This record gives sequence, C-alpha cells and structure tokens, in this order.
Amino acid sequence: MLKALLVRAHQGHRTIRYPDAPPPALPVHFRGAPRIDPARCPDGCRDCAQACPTDAITLAGGGMTLDLGRCIFCPECKTACPEGAITFTADYRLAARTRADLRVLAGRERKLADALEKKLRRLFGRSLKLRVVSAGDCNGCASDVNVLNTIGWDIGRFGIQYVASPRHADGLIVMGPVTENMRLALKKTYDAVPQPKLVIAVGACAISGGIYAGHFEQHDGAGSILPVDLFIPGCPPHPLTILDGFLRLLGRIEGGGREIGG
Amino acid sequence: MTRRGSWEVHELNGRLLVRRNAQPAPLSEVPLLPIGAFRTAVLDAVADDECRVTSFFAREVDRRIELVAVLADDLAGELGFVRTRLDEDRFDSITPDCPQVHLFEREIAEQYGVEPAGHPWLKPLRFHRSWRPGHSLFPETAPGVTDFLRVEGDEVHEVAVGPVHAGVIEPGHFRFQCHGEHVFHLETALGYQHRGIERVLIGGPTKKTIHYLETAAGDTTIGHALAYAQAVEALAGTRVPARAQALRGIALELERLANHVGDLGALSGDVAYLPTAAFCGRIRGEYLELTAELCGSRFGRGFVRPGGVQFDVPADRVGTLVERLQTATRDAANAVELLWMTPSVEERFENTGVVGADVCAEVGMVGVAARACGHSIDVRHDFPFGIYRFVHIPVMTAHYGDVNSRAFVRWLEAQRSAAFVEAQLQTLPVTPVRADMALRLPADAIVASLTEGWRGEICHVAITDADGRLARYKITDPSFHNWFGVALALRNGQISDFPLCNKSFNLSYCGHDL
Repeated sequence: MLKALLVRAHQGHRTIRYPDAPPPALPVHFRGAPRIDPARCPDGCRDCAQACPTDAITLAGGGMTLDLGRCIFCPECKTACPEGAITFTADYRLAARTRADLRVLAGRERKLADALEKKLRRLFGRSLKLRVVSAGDCNGCASDVNVLNTIGWDIGRFGIQYVASPRHADGLIVMGPVTENMRLALKKTYDAVPQPKLVIAVGACAISGGIYAGHFEQHDGAGSILPVDLFIPGCPPHPLTILDGFLRLLGRIEGGGREIGG
Repeated sequence: MTRRGSWEVHELNGRLLVRRNAQPAPLSEVPLLPIGAFRTAVLDAVADDECRVTSFFAREVDRRIELVAVLADDLAGELGFVRTRLDEDRFDSITPDCPQVHLFEREIAEQYGVEPAGHPWLKPLRFHRSWRPGHSLFPETAPGVTDFLRVEGDEVHEVAVGPVHAGVIEPGHFRFQCHGEHVFHLETALGYQHRGIERVLIGGPTKKTIHYLETAAGDTTIGHALAYAQAVEALAGTRVPARAQALRGIALELERLANHVGDLGALSGDVAYLPTAAFCGRIRGEYLELTAELCGSRFGRGFVRPGGVQFDVPADRVGTLVERLQTATRDAANAVELLWMTPSVEERFENTGVVGADVCAEVGMVGVAARACGHSIDVRHDFPFGIYRFVHIPVMTAHYGDVNSRAFVRWLEAQRSAAFVEAQLQTLPVTPVRADMALRLPADAIVASLTEGWRGEICHVAITDADGRLARYKITDPSFHNWFGVALALRNGQISDFPLCNKSFNLSYCGHDL
C-alpha cells in the first residue's frame, strides 16, 4: 500500500490544462489543416491530385479543392508538388458540422464546427454520454477516441463519457467506413439510442470511406446510413482534434480556441 | 518442445523450395506437386513441430485453383514454399492431421469456393461473398449467422456477446457454452471488420497499396507497412540505406512499447487495480507521441515507404527524443512494477486463461502468446530482417501460458525495446533515409516477408504475374494464428474471466478480418 502511494506521488498530476491553458505541444511533423496556394500551381499540373490515394484533391478552372473528409494526411500531395503549393499546418482544429464545410478552398476561411442549437445544448452541454461503435475502423481511431478517457485528457471533466449501452447514450461515435457486416449492428445501435440523439463521425473512413471508399464490402462512411452531426477528419485524428471537435459541438470553445462559459 | 532438424530431407526430396526471410524466387522454382504429394510435404514439414505453417492460401491461375503453402523452420531460419493445382473445386482437408491450418482452409473455402473435404468445422470465416462469381460454398447469410457448437443439457446455457461491445473496442461475436459461471466452450465469429483489402491488392501495387497495409491493422501500422516494403524491395532488388533500417527498427519497437505498456494498463484495469491502469494509459500516449515525433502521426502513418522511410531524425533532436524515452520508460517501470508486488493482481493473473505449450504448438500460435507458453519464437531472432540482422534483441519467454505470463512477457519485451530504441537513436548511421525505387516488380516471382509486430509474426506473401503486377498478396496478421488460442484459454475457465483473457491476448479484429 505504501509503495502504491509512493508510485502515485511519482506519477504526479498529469491531466492537460487545455482548454484553460494552451494545448500541449504538437510533434514537429504534425500534419493539421492544409494550406493551399494555387497561385504556385504550374499550368496544367495535376501531380498532387494524381498522387492522392483517396482522390481528395479536385482541380478545376484553375482552382483547387482539398476535401478534408477524404484526406488521410499522408502527405503524398505535398511530396508530389514541385512548387510547394500544398503544406500542412500545425492547426489541429478540423471538425465541422457539415460535409461541405470540410472542403478546403484556397483563400476561403475554413468553417469550424458550430455549437449545437440552444435546446440541444441545454440538454447535452454539461453531460454528454456517447456509445462508441467501430464499424470497420483499423483501431487507429478507436485508440485515439479511447485515449481521451485516460488521465492525460480526462474528458470526464467536461461531462463527456463513453457508456456501455446505447440505451444510456445521447449519441454515437462512429468509426470506420461502415462495413457491410456492421451495417445492421450500427443501425440497431442507433435505433436503440433515445431521441434526441447525435452522431459523430470520427476519421476519414467514417466520413467518406477513406482509403476504402468504393469497395463493395463497405458503405463509404456513417453518412450513408445515419444523419451525422459532427465530422472529425484525420487518419486517425489527433486526440486534440477530437477533443476540439467535442468542445466546439458543446459550445465550450468558439473561434480561436478559448473556452467560453462553463 | 524441441525444434530440431534441418531442411535437408525436404530439399533432397525436392518437395520444398527453401528461402530466407524476404528472399525472392522465380515462381517456377516453387515445386508444383500433385495434391497428394503437396499434402504429404506439408504434413512432413510440421511433423514433430519442426515447422509451422506461416501462410497457406489459394489463388486463381487460368481458371484453376492453386494452393500455396509457406512453412517456417524457426531453428534454421528458413522458409519452405510448395504449391499444388486442383483439378476440381475440392481437396482433402489437411486440418484433421494439422490443426493449425483450420482457419486458412476456411479462408480458402470462403474466398474461392473450394471445399476442403473433411474439414471438421467448415463454415464462413468473414461472411463475405466468394471472389469467384458462381463458385460459392456457403449460402449468403448475415454476419455471425451460422452453426455454433452447442453443448446440450438441462442447466447448460448459452451466452452471446457482441458484435457491439461495452467498451471502445472493435466488433466481434463471442458465443459461450456455460454451466453457471463455468465455460465449457467459447467460439468466436468474426468478419465484422471485413473491408476487402486482399481482394483489391491484386493487380497492384497502386498509389493506394501502402495505405491499405498501414491500416490493415491500424495499431500495427509499422509492422505491416514494413512487411510490405520489405516484400517489394526484395522483389525489386532495392537496397535500403542503413539509417532507414535503424529508423524502421526504432519505429517498430516504439509501436511495441506503446502497445505493451497500454496492454499492461488495460490488464490492470480488467482486474480493477486502478493505479497502474491510470498511469499506463497516459504513458502509452508518451510512446505514441514519440512515434509522432518521427513522422507526425502517433500511429506511424506515412513513415515507412518502399525504399526506406519518408522522414529523417535530425541529429539535434536525438537528445530530446532519448530524454523523453527515458522519462516514459522510468514512469512505465514505476507503474508496472506495482503489478508484480500486488497480491490481489497476481491472484487474478496467475492460473487464469492457461494455454498449454503443446496446445500452443498444435494450433500454431505466435508472438507474445506463444512466448508466454515457453515457445522461444520471434521473427526478429529466427528470421532476422533489416536492423535485426546486426543488432539482436533477446527473446523473452515465460512458462505458464496464463494471463500472468502474457503480461510478464510484455513487460520484459518492453524493457528490451526501450534499450534498443535508445541505443539505436544514439548510433544512427549517417546515410540517406530512402533509396530511389520505382515500384516495378519482376514478372512471375514470389517472396515471403516476415516481421515481428507487437502481437507477433506478420507474414506477407507476394506473387507477381507475367506483367510484374501483384497476382496475389496474402497478409497474415498474428491475430489470425492466435484467435483460436483465446477460445482455448477460456475452456473450463469462468465467463467473468473473459475480458481479462481477451485483453491478455489483445488480438486484432480488423487484422483478422482485413
């Protein structure tokens, strides 16, 4: 027992202060929101679009669109570009409320996720119980959704909790492209959640099918069978990106990343 | 168990082609035997535990089915290849004489509609449609809808768990035959994660191939990406620079550290010992962040590429990385050592979920679970690849095959991995980190590429066609060998021990379902 107390003292208090304090430092090569600069694109060059494994880049009429819902941040486009027209910034804030808001255009500011409307915020703002369903995810998204439960992140302090039964839940987190073999189980889980309910799609697979889009063994993401309220891009998204998405949905963070209200 | 002998006999008989890990061969050199001789060749090789079946799969050649077996001789460090072509859509099942191929045969039956006649438990493995239209062995059913072994009796009851589980975990279905708390039998039904990876790899490599492999089992990104890179490098004859080899080893061991330390925490949580569970949950993240320092992704996405690695570690950052590694490992030791000195933990770990050494060999288990049964097998040691040809990591074993052994082997290995990473970071060779390589592969060639992922042996077998495209790419995740071990660990145990037993293996669902 004494030993356990000594270990406890050694381990210390390790929960991050974010969002009351700046977020933890991100790794040097961290790939967050992309920045695109079509002015640098040589005429007719399609190297980035051709290199992209998930066809996330569309080039049309001199403009470039990068779909964060498909992007796996790999970064083959950046490597392929001879002119440095695509870079990945350290901006970890990626979550959006609609599929359209995930399409990054040069010169247009990204629209980050808005908070829930007032009524739902009153219901879920201080207590949000989520059932997590893996529907073909590779255990990448599952791992970093789960990590928010550890003492380092402690999402319990925001009233967010992953629960064991859909009957106890206010919504679902869906990960993976939704395999054909999980379609029914996911639908049944959704149906078992009482109204009103939320659906959060985490990761490129759950948003668009990711690298698996088009396979007949899957359904190109959660949106194909459920109404999705929050999209969190990444492959997998960093825990900070997921947390940022949750807090924006609950209206705990707005704009530049400062917590408002309580 | 003693593993003895060499390949001499087989070679003399000309029944197997012998190659080292990631050593390619023209496909025509792999003996093409009649089915009877193929069967004998496989059975002779596995007799007396001389070899394990590391891969066994089918492919379609000119509308005929070819079966290919890859056998691993751990002592000799050699891989044996043999194949056969079937005249009809059936063959006599090898499983009754060689239980370790039972899932491989179910896989062949499902993918190609070929019947292994006499298979003792023939049913769908992943519940997907046959790859050969019109050649399906099983009627289309919803996943998990199949015959389960049932124990009959007045007070016997059946417990069904999943596919959606209570925790944040991948889906799978578990069917228990119980008498009160006592488990007679557990059967696992998987396939819920099936994404069709092997099917779409045929005809590659394409720009998507490496990403399929990085997410085949996403917690083993480095292990699978490395096996793939190694396979195509071997086929193309590319030499990977020394610095890249070292960096790949560092990434592979960091992956092992993160998962082993995370698992020790989760095991602790499963016996309600919360201190170690809480501490290790955080420390696992420290190792993931170290991987992110290498390449920007906590899971090593984008790091390994054919020819080398995509990111270098500048000399001025080595110091910080070593310091962070030392701190994390000191914290891990501090947290994990509590487990071995806490009687309530040991009481739950010891003698729970025992798999005997003989059973382990018979069903062909690999990795941590096999080493916990006393089997000294480790690809890094037996089939050394990359950096492990120059730097050796001792193989860690335990001897009781229970949860405690599986936990303890993890901790022993984590310590060796940390020492390895530290030493490698401080002695990084000064070379480029990537060799130029076009993904142009030679025609009609075969290669087997093995790595030791954190769960155990990963085996990729690549076969190219006349145009140098992938005619077949077979992925075997360690979970494929070990899922049956979970079922056996539960026999005569308590149903309440299931979470603990399952976590002590911590197998991949998507790695099995691909």
